[in-house]
Amino acid sequence: MSEPQKKVDLAGARARLHQKSGREYWRSLEDLAAQPEFREMIEREFPRQAIGWSEDEDPVEGRRNFLKLMGASLALAGLSACTRQPTEFIMPYIRQPEELIPGKPLFFATATTLNGVANGVLAESHEGRPTKIEGNPEHPASLGACDAFGQASVLQLYDPDRMQTAGYEGEIRSWGEVLGAVRQMLEEQRTKNGAGLRILTETITSPTMADQLRRIQQAFPAMKWHQWEPAGPHSARAGATMAFGQPVNTYYDLTNAKAIVSLDSDFLASGTASLRYARQFSAGRRVRGSQPSMNRLYVVEPMPTPTGSKADHRLPLRAAEIELFAGALATAVGVGRGPQEGENHEIYKWIGAIARDLLNNKGASLVIAGECQPPSVHALAHAMNATLGNVGKTVFYTDPIEARQVDQLASLQNLVNDLDSGAVDMLLILGGNPVFNAPVDLGLRDRLQKAGMRIRLGLYEDETSEVCQWSLPEAHYLEAWGDARAFDGTVTLQQPLIQPLYEGRSAMEVLQMFTDQPELRGYDILREYWSSQRGGGRTGGQPVPATGQAAAPGRSVISPVSGPPGGAPTAPTGDFESWWRRSVHDGLVANSALPAKTPAVQGQNIRANAAEPHLGGKLEVIFRPDPTIYDGRFANNAWLQELPKPITKLTWDNAAFLSPATAHRLGVETGVVLQLTYRGRTLQAPAWVQPGHVNGAITLHLGYGRTRGGRAGNGMGFNPYGLRASNALWHDNGLEAKKTGATHAFATNLNNYIPEGRELDTRRHIIHHGAEVPPRTLTLYPEWKYEGYAWGMAIDLTACTGCSACVVACQAENNIAVVGKDQVRRGRAMHWIRVDDYYHGDVNNPEIFNQPLPCMQCEDAPCELVCPVQATNHSSEGLNDMVYNRCVGTRYCSNNCPYKVRRFNFYLFSDWETPSLKLLRNPDVTVRSRGVMEKCTYCVQRINAAKIESEKQNRKVRDGEIQTACQATCPTEAIVFGDLNDPNSLVSKMKAEKSNYALLADLNTRPRTTYLAQLRNPNPEIEG
Amino acid sequence: MPDNPNVVEQERLQDVIAPGYTFGTVTDQIAAVVLTRRTPLFWMACFGLGVALLLLFLWSVALILAKGVGVWGIRTPVMWGFAITNFVWWIGIGHAGTLISAILLLLNQKWRNSINRFAEAMTLFAVACAGMFPLLHLGRPWLFYWLFPYPNAMGVQPQFRSPLVWDVFAVSTYGTVSLLFWYVGLMPDLATLRDRARNPIVRYLYGVMAMGWRGSARHWSVHETASLLLAGLATPLVLSVHTVVSFDFTIAIVPGWHSTFFPPYFVAGAIYSGFAMVLALAIPLRAVYGLQGLITDRHLENSGKLMLATGEIVAYAYFMETFTAWYSGDVFEQAAFWHRMFGPYAITYWALITCNIILPQALWFKKIRSNPVTLFLISIIVLVGMWLERYVIIVTSLAQDFLTSSWDMFHATRWDWATYIGTIGLFMFLFFLFIRLLPMISIFEVRTLLPQAKVAGEKS
Repeated sequence: MSEPQKKVDLAGARARLHQKSGREYWRSLEDLAAQPEFREMIEREFPRQAIGWSEDEDPVEGRRNFLKLMGASLALAGLSACTRQPTEFIMPYIRQPEELIPGKPLFFATATTLNGVANGVLAESHEGRPTKIEGNPEHPASLGACDAFGQASVLQLYDPDRMQTAGYEGEIRSWGEVLGAVRQMLEEQRTKNGAGLRILTETITSPTMADQLRRIQQAFPAMKWHQWEPAGPHSARAGATMAFGQPVNTYYDLTNAKAIVSLDSDFLASGTASLRYARQFSAGRRVRGSQPSMNRLYVVEPMPTPTGSKADHRLPLRAAEIELFAGALATAVGVGRGPQEGENHEIYKWIGAIARDLLNNKGASLVIAGECQPPSVHALAHAMNATLGNVGKTVFYTDPIEARQVDQLASLQNLVNDLDSGAVDMLLILGGNPVFNAPVDLGLRDRLQKAGMRIRLGLYEDETSEVCQWSLPEAHYLEAWGDARAFDGTVTLQQPLIQPLYEGRSAMEVLQMFTDQPELRGYDILREYWSSQRGGGRTGGQPVPATGQAAAPGRSVISPVSGPPGGAPTAPTGDFESWWRRSVHDGLVANSALPAKTPAVQGQNIRANAAEPHLGGKLEVIFRPDPTIYDGRFANNAWLQELPKPITKLTWDNAAFLSPATAHRLGVETGVVLQLTYRGRTLQAPAWVQPGHVNGAITLHLGYGRTRGGRAGNGMGFNPYGLRASNALWHDNGLEAKKTGATHAFATNLNNYIPEGRELDTRRHIIHHGAEVPPRTLTLYPEWKYEGYAWGMAIDLTACTGCSACVVACQAENNIAVVGKDQVRRGRAMHWIRVDDYYHGDVNNPEIFNQPLPCMQCEDAPCELVCPVQATNHSSEGLNDMVYNRCVGTRYCSNNCPYKVRRFNFYLFSDWETPSLKLLRNPDVTVRSRGVMEKCTYCVQRINAAKIESEKQNRKVRDGEIQTACQATCPTEAIVFGDLNDPNSLVSKMKAEKSNYALLADLNTRPRTTYLAQLRNPNPEIEG
Repeated sequence: MPDNPNVVEQERLQDVIAPGYTFGTVTDQIAAVVLTRRTPLFWMACFGLGVALLLLFLWSVALILAKGVGVWGIRTPVMWGFAITNFVWWIGIGHAGTLISAILLLLNQKWRNSINRFAEAMTLFAVACAGMFPLLHLGRPWLFYWLFPYPNAMGVQPQFRSPLVWDVFAVSTYGTVSLLFWYVGLMPDLATLRDRARNPIVRYLYGVMAMGWRGSARHWSVHETASLLLAGLATPLVLSVHTVVSFDFTIAIVPGWHSTFFPPYFVAGAIYSGFAMVLALAIPLRAVYGLQGLITDRHLENSGKLMLATGEIVAYAYFMETFTAWYSGDVFEQAAFWHRMFGPYAITYWALITCNIILPQALWFKKIRSNPVTLFLISIIVLVGMWLERYVIIVTSLAQDFLTSSWDMFHATRWDWATYIGTIGLFMFLFFLFIRLLPMISIFEVRTLLPQAKVAGEKS
């Protein structure tokens, strides 16, 4: 049965059932249900989620249907007041688990991975249910912050669309059958040394999995392990090899960097250590008391990114021109020789000034090359950093963190060749989604089917599992044990917080099936590996990082390509248990970062393209991972889909981003569908006119256009992978764009009709410099008195990068509903905090300002006095409390809110039906129903938890004890919350800053949330 | 002249009732519409349309109750859309009825006698339609009673600082007084119908409604006092209801709303639209039922003059509103008006100016004012214009307020239209039911217009 998806023969199933009604009886319903046909029929007849979500329906329409359905269930919900509530019992534990007090969350250290690289997190568990992700303050990549992906990963865990059981060509199989089949196939392979066995993974940094793969390699010497990561740092690896003659891993320390040049690197908001970089960067930008100066950032990039929005000088260049820029800058800094002027003056206009700034800050400067830039740019950046004396100060090199560093593209091409030659009998695909995201010229969808037996482990039944006979459900990281390395090599441990919801297993457990070892649970695999490493008992083991107290920091060794065993320092075996407990508790192995090294730049290898790329009347096409759904892996994560993307504020979609001038040339505006032709392949994509985008190029964000992505992912956007060829992964010239007659309605909370000019400028003035604050006497109402606490917030706009992690954190913390694309289009997104973007100046290269906007919690709140039923009230601590069950939904409060931070449940937006999503809810926050207003509460549940705790200990709440969800996740510590009655609290100090201002202060609302105005540090040479 | 009022009366009465009428013919003609005449096709058509639209209304209401107000086009910055626009529009329409029945009664304007009954009915039904919207636009309409101060176990009372609570009082008072006034005025005529009805069931029903009216002098005396008292009560309501409705906007800090100027402006606008509605109803009715003798050209012209006068006040208001926005120096206020005039909703604004200011200037010409056809057309235009006025005030002000980031456009959905047109259906349904079942012109009051009534000479 080579047909990937077996059509369910409903009639046949019925007929078969019908026949059974003769003499043959079934003993029980279970008996009958055990038949796959019957199960399938049941699934078809009674889908878990009623109408509207099935694949054959238009997803947009489907969502509407879904809403209709929710509406129908509402008709009953309205009646619920008249019906008797079902009896529910609260049952105490017979034996209460240790440390578990019902109602008090526990936190466990674990780690998310992106591109295989770990980011340490703390997962909040309520009675055994992980509900929220926070950063792990002890983890070097997190420093307590968390990104949007991490925040949203908890929704992925409970995603009802996840693959739930193992299957063979659409039929349900048990894991025992999987194991039997695998072992049988392996037996066949054993005879030919595994020559027909291939394993395709994403990037793997996990030492345990590396060890497993090594053992599989030992058992099947001819086996090949391929890796493919569509948005991996391919050229960074190649660039390092070009510069140093050896693969190295690069990371930065921005703490002391005074002049930073980003060559198309969005280091503040994407990449493996962006949280750390953002923290360091913003610390270097904070002008307060003791620190009078700030760092300076130059950004050259084609498409505005959060990093670009923080730039003191931002230069939009086409992706291919950045190489020229890097070459010229390198020459000016004193590395090599390249042209200092060319046809395009834009490229060179700031070179001298930037170079002088860099040279003035030797050892405190930094050049960062973007992961999407070609290897030569990376090599030039390495050379510049070396010349500027930054190595060891702001730039650090270590051995690669990957278990095996390979040229992934070559690796994938190699697999394709083997597939073509029919050499692949058995292909194991661990994670990833190569059918969807491999370069289009490789034609992986068709070629994969040349492999004899295809086994796929994945979270979802996606495009890849569609073409694999075996699809195995993967355990989510919150359900499984694991390990991975962080950006600097720190070994990070993953521990499960919950039993797998479905029959998922981790990649580690699946790999174990391929070894000659007995089947083991993930815990045992991990522990056994680390115990063998710690005990030093294993011979020929994979190089291990030195860990624990026994090893001196910085002495660990790791060789880049699964080379000979390193001299792993050993520790006394007896220590293992305490070491293990310590490491699992902390979520990382102490001192396991790879030691810094100083490879020498081999300048002769660096070859930059010095010729100016000519477009020849065509356009440059630029591919980038999507800011919220990345390479497509988060496409079914509704939180990330609905998260307005930084800068563009687009949701549920990608677009062909182009500059106003290019749009004018093509005669299009936002929403007009373009026909993109590139190398003979075409794609229909709606245009999006993006101020600050470079002229002559179109940026396409990868990850959209999923066909089997799940309910949230299917049918959203278009698929740029359809244009992406293996020899131009990130950008290329030669794109033709033609206007079609069609238009597309984007879902965005950014309105694109704001007239440029006068109004915007006056508004900007008010927003950013404050206005005349009216005297207190102008209000009729008496002053509020605050005896105890008076909560307040200050947001440092100089620090905020607009990364939008706070928006998802808030969504997770406060049970905020997802409304879907259609409702976002109708302006009904529910986020309690939003990040506003403002442009200032030249439309082709505007200054971009980010402004996170939670509820202002006004002292004289306009919302409070217009609510006819007193559903929104001033609390004794200064909050505007929203009483959901009192709200009748007049929406007057929202009309009267000048900041428009109130959100209304136009329908029953909260999902009260899906069982798995019920586990997701934060039990401390009410799940809102239809017809009520909601808004930011300053995380009042956290305030109250801290107050209860402090009252128990007979003390006041300490400053910093309460962290709102947005504050806790903020990588730049831009958001500060605390007690305004305490003059020594951080928030009071921030509000005492000169740059502190209240938004729309002239309205006399006296907001509790105030802003520290955004400061920039322009280079006087350029600005002057 | 003032010491001989009869002379004046005589002259004016020539205009407000055609010569040749007697007590009997007046009664005959009005009562016949209800009791004996065949129901005209016009009625059938209008009532049928009303029922059809009422069904549409009920359908939308069911949908709103079942799904939520999300079926409308309201969205984050524009949280009030058609619902509140319609509410203000309907309430405004009701005003003419109260003005005619109460204020003109107190001012002793006799010509009102032949139009006050259906104008009052119009008020009542308009208030009924208006009342639908604040109720339906709630997120949780079944909890509407929380807006009333009633003793409750929760110990929570409404927020008396909120104009919406004032609205509740204003509109419910208005509705109650209008109903009482209308019903008290109906009683003598119900008795007349009772006396004239042949069918015993009909007679019985009218009898019940007439509440035992026998036309005794004592009845008349009490009736007169009650009418005057109710008129006295209703008079301040003409001013207060729309003043309070305008507070919904003026109390808010939204640019384009926050103005002390709104109360008189709203009251004038209300009367403007109310008279337009009176004309839009009276002109076809008198043609169909041949009531030109009772609702004379003089009535139409007087209403036209009132429309013109209130229209000028409204025009002045538009001008002043714009002027103060500019003069205030407040950037937001200025921007709000700039957007109104030249922003994305400019078409509605200029349509409103055309309908409410430019075209009604034709009423200066007596020829147009006294021609029922042109008058009818202008009254329809004014009704549209006044609806647009509320739409412009509500939607454009909300769509673009302070922070550009939250600006967004309101687009009406078909359910917005369905609920709006549905209430027009409700209005037509009620109104034509009224036409069919109750005397649309006050019999006893018209009789006082007859010369015969003046024989005694003492009255007035």
